[in-house]
Formats: sequence, structure tokens, C-alpha cells
Amino acid sequence: MSTATRSLPRTIGAHAILLTYTAIALCPVILVIMNSFKSRAGIFGAPLTPPTPKTFDLIGYTTVFGQGDFIHYFQNSLVVTVASLFFVLLFGAMAGFSLSEYRFRGNTMMGLYLALGIMIPIRLGTVAILQLMVASGLVNTLTALILVYTAQGLPLAIFILSEFMKQVSDDLKNAGRIDGLSEYTIFFRLVLPLVRPAMATVAVFTMIPIWNDLWFPLILAPSEETKTVTLGAQLFLGQFVTNWNAILAALSLAILPVLILYVIFSRQLIRGITSGAVK
Amino acid sequence: MASEPMAAATRPKRPIRWHIAVFLAPAVLVYTAFMILPLAGTLQLSLFRNVEQHQVFVGLGNFRTLFGDPNWSVNFWNALRNNVWFFIIHMLVQNPIGILLAALLSSPRLRFAAFYRTAIFVPTILSFVIVGFAWKLILSPLWGVAPHLMDLVGLKSLFTPWLGKEEYALTALSLVSVWQFVGIPMMLIYAALLSIPDEVIEAAECDGITGLSQFWKIKLPLILPSIGIISILTFVGNFNAFDLIYTAQGALAGPNYSTDILGTFLYRAFFGFQLQVGDPNMGAAIATIMFLIILAGVCVYLFLVQTRLRRYQF
Repeated sequence: MSTATRSLPRTIGAHAILLTYTAIALCPVILVIMNSFKSRAGIFGAPLTPPTPKTFDLIGYTTVFGQGDFIHYFQNSLVVTVASLFFVLLFGAMAGFSLSEYRFRGNTMMGLYLALGIMIPIRLGTVAILQLMVASGLVNTLTALILVYTAQGLPLAIFILSEFMKQVSDDLKNAGRIDGLSEYTIFFRLVLPLVRPAMATVAVFTMIPIWNDLWFPLILAPSEETKTVTLGAQLFLGQFVTNWNAILAALSLAILPVLILYVIFSRQLIRGITSGAVK
Repeated sequence: MASEPMAAATRPKRPIRWHIAVFLAPAVLVYTAFMILPLAGTLQLSLFRNVEQHQVFVGLGNFRTLFGDPNWSVNFWNALRNNVWFFIIHMLVQNPIGILLAALLSSPRLRFAAFYRTAIFVPTILSFVIVGFAWKLILSPLWGVAPHLMDLVGLKSLFTPWLGKEEYALTALSLVSVWQFVGIPMMLIYAALLSIPDEVIEAAECDGITGLSQFWKIKLPLILPSIGIISILTFVGNFNAFDLIYTAQGALAGPNYSTDILGTFLYRAFFGFQLQVGDPNMGAAIATIMFLIILAGVCVYLFLVQTRLRRYQF
């Protein structure tokens, strides 16, 4: 059909540019992971070659596991991310449903009010958030992080989910009402299952910034018991500046879980972005 | 919250629809308590100063200090200037590269498109800590990866320890940030290009407009709204940035404050660093300035850019 737009040199050119950029995007990551499996001599002697039997060494990993309490940090990150995600999805879906389903005075105003937070970063309120947490005794608890991340994730979640809930058929909901279902049952049993793909999209969008955040763990929960893996890695890297084996191993350990999750969920994420969810 | 008495007022015969309030309440409460009120509280704090353990109202005094007192203003203007440069680099490098990659990816029947898409998006999902440190290592003259790679293309003589030189450090870090986030404009533009109806492209082809001129004359005007969105997202993200500078250069944003941006300046003012004592009120004042900058950007986008671009949408 569109033969006019395709020619061999053009296709080769497109692949050349895309391949070059793919290499630029992936090389640093590969370089770090590759060198984390080498001895110190291997890291400095031949940084660009994969580990050979001669340079293969796990000293970096043994240092990391011997020093930092990474399993504990990892648990903290997991608790914070999963709990925030749960509340963002539940509260976001509920609010999105009421905004898209019911006509009431102030509906539009409420929508705009909740959408404010999409553009204005929550970080700018840090000074008052810290005072609030100090006053309520929540400093250095995971609860503080969960509350802040829930507030941070809600605006976009409500916006996206209410867009999707508008597409759920009215006939279905009205049929439920005629059968005597309560509004709560209609929401939890009829609507929620239908917007599951949108929920997955929102989940991915919400999860990445929470897992990777450094600012709020640094300010609200820097204690040893509540450190997240991002903050733990940052402090660990700061301490071991000269131990390249340990640094590269710690970096690889921080990259791998995210990378594995990404490979599993990338189709979902990309479909979410390209389906116009964030128009 | 306030919705249910109002709803009752519009339709007096109907019972109060409590479920609307129940559905809205948790989100509105958390959002108001931990986002809106702290934002308002921060704006309010910026008008006060701590004098002998008491908060005293000083009006715009903190801002006068910030703009005029050399102890603060030198750092403030430096951070603002650096932040503007940080933003310019993103607009000039990140967004054009993102558009180019998206245009290539969306060409019909391109093979391996899914692979390229997935791979190029990888840096975006990594945390700043990883990105900052990995690049610090790669650009480090100690390790020698960067000079080694440049040697392969015969440019070894151009290598300097960029992150350690005042004149290059900020640009180098901006480019690292571009490397990390180029996936976002790429994806949004890619989505916009895919949503252009086939009829439009076919009509252009019937008129003999193909290839590059098709991109400039047909596709680019149609994706302008998305370019507007990525510009405002870049703007908000850049004037709120902190993590990358902090992980790569520390809170002092060295060398000699040359990579200091508003986010790191806010952190130092709020918490204090080394000799400097933390001052929540000055921190709040800086946060207020950042808030006003971002608000101005969002308003320009909403009232100027978006209303003009809407007529291109389908």
C-alpha cells in the first residue's frame, strides 16, 4: 500500500539510528552488570570485555551482603510500594468512579481540584509535610512514606481511571441497579473487574516513581529500620567510594529487580502509554 | 465531602446520596491532608521568620533576603541560572531525539520495533541513584571507560573529567538526565503518531507528499499537542529536579556549586549542610519560588499553548 514511503536505504538508515541509540541506552547498564562479576584487576585492566575465567570474581557481592542490610531495605521498599499502590488504586478508583458516574453539584470543581496535583509536585510541600509528620510522631515510620506516596499518586490515578470508567456501559450498571444491587456492589463487582487493564497501567505509572524516590526517604524516614533500598544504596555507595567491586555489585543488585519486573510488564506499560492514557 | 449536602440541595426529594461521599472521601482526605494543606502551609511559612523561637510574620522579607542578601542571592541566582540551562538542554536535546526516535519507530512495518521501544525505555525505569553513580563511574578518569571508548573513534584527545570541571559539569549531568528520560517523549510522540488516521496519510501520499516532507508538513502539525505536553512535563520535571544532582555530586552540587539547581538549593537551605544551619522558613521561601515558576509554566501551557493547538486535534 504505502510502498512510496519505504525504500531499502531508508529502512537501513532507520535501523542504523535506532540500533545506535539502543546501544547508547543499554551500554552503561550492561557495562555495570558485566564488571560487577570481575576482580579489581579485571575491572580496571579490561573494562570493556565480559568476565573471563581469569577475571571472574564475586568479591563485590560478598562485600555487599556482608556490609549493608539490603534484604531489610528491600523489604521496606516493598512494603512502602505495595501499600501505597494498594491505597492509590483503591481510593483512586473509588473517587474516579464517583466523578465519572454521578452528576452532583461541584463535580467539575472536584475534578479540577483533584487534578491540580498532576502538575504541581508534592515535593514543594516538603517543609510543611515534615512539620506535620513531626507533630504527629510519624517521622521515621513507613506509614509517613505510604501516606505521602498515596497523596502523590492519587491525582493521576483518579484522572486516568475516571476516563476509563466513562467507557463502562451504562446498561450494565443500570441492569445491576434494577436487580437491586447497591452502588457499592456495582462498583466492586461490576465496574472494577472491567477496568482492570487501566488499573494495571496506573499501577506501573505509580510504582516506578515510588520505588525510585530518594527525596522523601531521605527526609521523612532516614533511620536504619526504615531505609528504603534506594536510600540504602545511595548511602552505601557514598561509603564505599573506593571499593569498585562493592559499588558495581550494589548497582547491579539495584538494577536487576527493576529490570526483571520491567521485562515482565513492559508490554503492559507501553500499551498503557500508547493507548492515550496520558493524553 | 462537601458534595453530599449540595447534591441534596439540587434534588430535594431524593435521599442524600451518601455513597458519593463515601467514594470520594478517602481520596479527598488523603490528598488534601498530605498534598494541598502542606503546599498551602509551605507558602504560608515562607512569610514568617523564626525570631527567638517564635514565628514572626515578616511579609515578603524572606524573599527580599533571597533576592538581595548576598549570602543567599548569589546561590539563588546561580541555582536559577543553572536550572534554566538544565531545562534548555532538555528541550534542545531530549525532545528532538525523542521525536526522531518516535518518527523512526512509527514507520510502517519496521521490524524489531517492539525491541527498540523496550530497550530505549530501560534507562527511564532505573532509579537516579543507579543512573547517577553508573555515569559517575563511566565518566571517571580513574576507570578509563570513557577515554577508552573515545579512543575507538579517534577522539581521545577531547576527553576531560567532565563532572569535575566547573564549565562542563552541569552540561554533562543534563545530558545524563537526557539519556535517562528520552524514553518519555519518545513514547508520547510515538503514541501520537500512531493515532494519526491512515486516511490522512493516504491522502497525503495521493498528493505526492511522502518521506521527510510528509513528516514536516502532515505529521508534525498533527503531533504539536503532544509536543506541548512533553514540553510542559519536561518543564515541571526539570524545575523540580534534585535526585540526579544529589546522587552524582552531593548536596553541595560541586564543583564549586556549578551544578546547583533549585532542588539542591532547597535541600541545603531547609536542612542545612556542613557550616550552614537549616532554616525551614527560607526553605519554604525557595519552595514557594519553585511553585510560582512551575505554576507560571503550567498557566502558559494551559492558556496559550493548549488553546491554540486544540484546533489541530481530531
